[in-house]
Amino acid sequence: MQIIIVGCGKVGATLVEQLSQEERNDITVIDTNAEKVRHVTEEHDVMGFIGNGVSYELLLEAGVEKADLLIAVTGSDEKNLLCCLFAKKAGNCQTIARVRKPDYNQELYYIKEELGLAMIVNPELAAAMEIARVLRLPAAISVESFAKGRVEILKLKVKEDSILCNMAVSDISSTLGSNILVCVVERDGNALIPSGDFVIREKDVISIIGTAKETVKFFRKLNMLTNPVKNLMIVGGGNISYYLTKVMTATGVNVVVVENDPARCEQLTEMLPEATIVLGDGADESTLIEEGLEQMDSFAALTGIDEENILLSLYAKSKTDIKTITKINRINFSEVIENLDLDTMVYPKRITAEHIVRYARAMANSLGSNVETMHRIAGDKVEALEFIVHPNCMLVNRPLSEISFRDGVLVASIHRKGKIIIPRGNDTLQVGDTVVIVTTITGMTDLEGVLKKK
Amino acid sequence: MNFGIILHVLGYVCTFEAGFLVLPLMVSLIYREFYVSPAYLAVIAICLVLGFLILRRKPKTKGLYAKEGMVTVALSWIVLSLLGALPFTIAGEIPSYIDAIFETVSGFTTTGSSILTDLDAMSHASRFWRSFTHWVGGMGVLVFILAIVPMKGGEFVNLMRAESPGPSVSKMVPRLRDTAFVLYAIYMGLTAAECVILLFSGMPAFDAICITMGTAGTGGFSARGSGMADYTLFQQGVITVFMIMFGVNFNAYFLVLRKKWKQAIRSEEVLVYLGVIAASVTIITANIAGMYPSVFRAFHEAFFQVGSIITTTGYATADFNEWPTISRVVLMTLVFIGACAGSTGGGLKVSRVIIMVKGIGKEITSLIHPRSVKKVRMDGRAVEEVVVQSVNAYIALYLVIFVVSVLLIAIDNKDIVTTFTSVAVTFNNIGPGLGEVGPMGNFYAMSNFSKIVLSFDMLAGRLELLPILMIFVPSAWQSKHGKKGKGGKKGSLKKPERSQKNVFSEHEGIC
Repeated sequence: MQIIIVGCGKVGATLVEQLSQEERNDITVIDTNAEKVRHVTEEHDVMGFIGNGVSYELLLEAGVEKADLLIAVTGSDEKNLLCCLFAKKAGNCQTIARVRKPDYNQELYYIKEELGLAMIVNPELAAAMEIARVLRLPAAISVESFAKGRVEILKLKVKEDSILCNMAVSDISSTLGSNILVCVVERDGNALIPSGDFVIREKDVISIIGTAKETVKFFRKLNMLTNPVKNLMIVGGGNISYYLTKVMTATGVNVVVVENDPARCEQLTEMLPEATIVLGDGADESTLIEEGLEQMDSFAALTGIDEENILLSLYAKSKTDIKTITKINRINFSEVIENLDLDTMVYPKRITAEHIVRYARAMANSLGSNVETMHRIAGDKVEALEFIVHPNCMLVNRPLSEISFRDGVLVASIHRKGKIIIPRGNDTLQVGDTVVIVTTITGMTDLEGVLKKK
Repeated sequence: MNFGIILHVLGYVCTFEAGFLVLPLMVSLIYREFYVSPAYLAVIAICLVLGFLILRRKPKTKGLYAKEGMVTVALSWIVLSLLGALPFTIAGEIPSYIDAIFETVSGFTTTGSSILTDLDAMSHASRFWRSFTHWVGGMGVLVFILAIVPMKGGEFVNLMRAESPGPSVSKMVPRLRDTAFVLYAIYMGLTAAECVILLFSGMPAFDAICITMGTAGTGGFSARGSGMADYTLFQQGVITVFMIMFGVNFNAYFLVLRKKWKQAIRSEEVLVYLGVIAASVTIITANIAGMYPSVFRAFHEAFFQVGSIITTTGYATADFNEWPTISRVVLMTLVFIGACAGSTGGGLKVSRVIIMVKGIGKEITSLIHPRSVKKVRMDGRAVEEVVVQSVNAYIALYLVIFVVSVLLIAIDNKDIVTTFTSVAVTFNNIGPGLGEVGPMGNFYAMSNFSKIVLSFDMLAGRLELLPILMIFVPSAWQSKHGKKGKGGKKGSLKKPERSQKNVFSEHEGIC
């Protein structure tokens, strides 16, 4: 697939990194900053052009006429939209634009339809939605949903006193009486898909898959909180805070936003009448205590500075047993950060890239069983993919135990006519099922990719 | 320094050399020269054994940074030459191994300087092998390997960058492998075209193939002892045109293939290149008109010689040693300019000369208008300051190596013209010089020491100086137990061979 990426910022670079791994993608990048283009072209097998991506001539030079997909992720919304518009006229390719200003948020649908865009990504909104999802079940580190919300993959850390310690994976559902499946275990910086006799140890981070009802049951058995949060304190009043506050107050959560810019506080109070807006320095302990940090059950550090966010979350954790959410902009050093005790981390850039990669992946294979949903678990090491089973798929009607799967592939759940099946060896796939595959093989675009190559 | 990956690439180089050597082996069988066949067979075996032994061990990490790229390319070319020289010595056709190395280096670097006194005494197989080294050396051996072996990851562009001529290397299509493939496809297409035309003009097949490969790589080894003298004016004319075509930046051909005529024609470098050719031909024709029966004949000789020298091929139809001084000086100037970047030719490269001259212009302007802000422009775009600086540094380095080499060759105590031009023509990958090393002479009389120095110059010239110098820099060889702190990123338990991120910085001007 011929892909043009306009803008080589963090999202652009992440997209290049992920899309160029896939054999069939030929990628061209455009950016006005020569330094950035150089960096990307030296690190990855892609071609670079220096210049303004809105320029029709440059787009032609970059091969827009033959391109299948154009992704505009420059810093400017208007530039992105204009670029997509030109590309659409010049080459009739699919276009994806990043539009992040809250001013346009109400009109996204109109813009998308009128300009013929395939997709609009708003990183801040996407990040806020992800945080909101986690806050509904605060004991989990992250929550990803599949099959239109019927199946969830939840990530949690095994505490020292948990009954899961030293338990084999195959014993879990029978011992705890909940129909869930452990699909990924992260230990010492590695991620693997456990077999039945794998024994869980303390401090492992496990991901489980199951229906919402079953997972809640599982959390209860582990004596973990299953109620949604009631109070939320946010430090930093950026766009994510705005979207998040809006969503949370709508569900009746008390939200306190601490922001140190008076003008922004004014704006926020106007836009968010139901939240408490506090003018103060979030990096000051006494402000946080005064505003009732110790009474809160959740805390989100969403300032523009990664280091500050990490410190704030660590501080909040040290004060009281609280659910913390930390926003991290820079993707570098994520391995170090993940070793800190910071339950949920949100990377807006990574979420944006994930949304776009998911679309590109689905586009890459318009025939056969293509990707419906994709989530990354454990950084970029494991992918959970949702496929629809098509009639000509080789896997249909064969018991799973008889299919020779590649290493590192797990059929995690089957959704058939509104019913969720956590599959065992003698289950089969039927035409029309949606199936969730968890795999350490990245870059899969087709359901038949799970089969061993002959 | 990641020795694992360097060794790994060298393994491929050995294996590919074995493949290359199969061709002269076949030629020896066709011409029933069974006395040389065992030599080629033996060297093929050596290459294969070396290659398989090395390739059996997989590199631990795949980091290939700019410095590894340079060292890999330099070492690859040295290994290629050392192995490629073996058949000459084993078969006894060039008894001295140092002479054989000089000849092979001269072949791979597309120089065309020879130490052979009697070419006709040599077997067809060995003559073919000499010319074939030109062909594969012209576009680059590693580019060839990149086009065939799938190597995943963007970092391998460092190999191509270190091997391809010119101040900046840009891709034509997004994938490195496809770019290498496109380059070789254009190269093969042009080669085939020339060969067919020469065959139809009545040239013997063996000569046509050898001469074509010599022209394509802008090398200059002849197919027979008499050089070009036996061929018709038409054949010489065809060779001239193709020499000039192989000296054009291959990006231009790619643009033509993509039907972007305007852009292809607008390339400043190609225009200047053609302009220099036209001007030189005019001056020399006027200068030598009296020496030849007709002006047309003088034009023919001037055109051939200018084409041969500026593209750094080095074929000769006339003994230009006998020409008046002004013609000889014009030719010597062309020696330094060389062909376009991104072609198979050598020399300083036209684009570098353009940037240098414009840089001088800019300096002078800034003396007159001290506060003026000006940028060197090329092809209607501003050239980045880094590129201008690197061109200046390149030229400075070029001069230093040149002077040192001349001093070392001076130990032989030849006359000054021979000493000077022998360095000039090997360093710029031309072939014949003036004086004793003129078109009708050769490098046989040089001392072994001089031959080694000149071999080094040829490699340095072909690989654009820096890669060859890198292998003499001790700090480039430093190894931190073979690892670069990448252990943590090595990924999941199931697929340890994946994930190969790395960061490096070297300049490139892509536009």
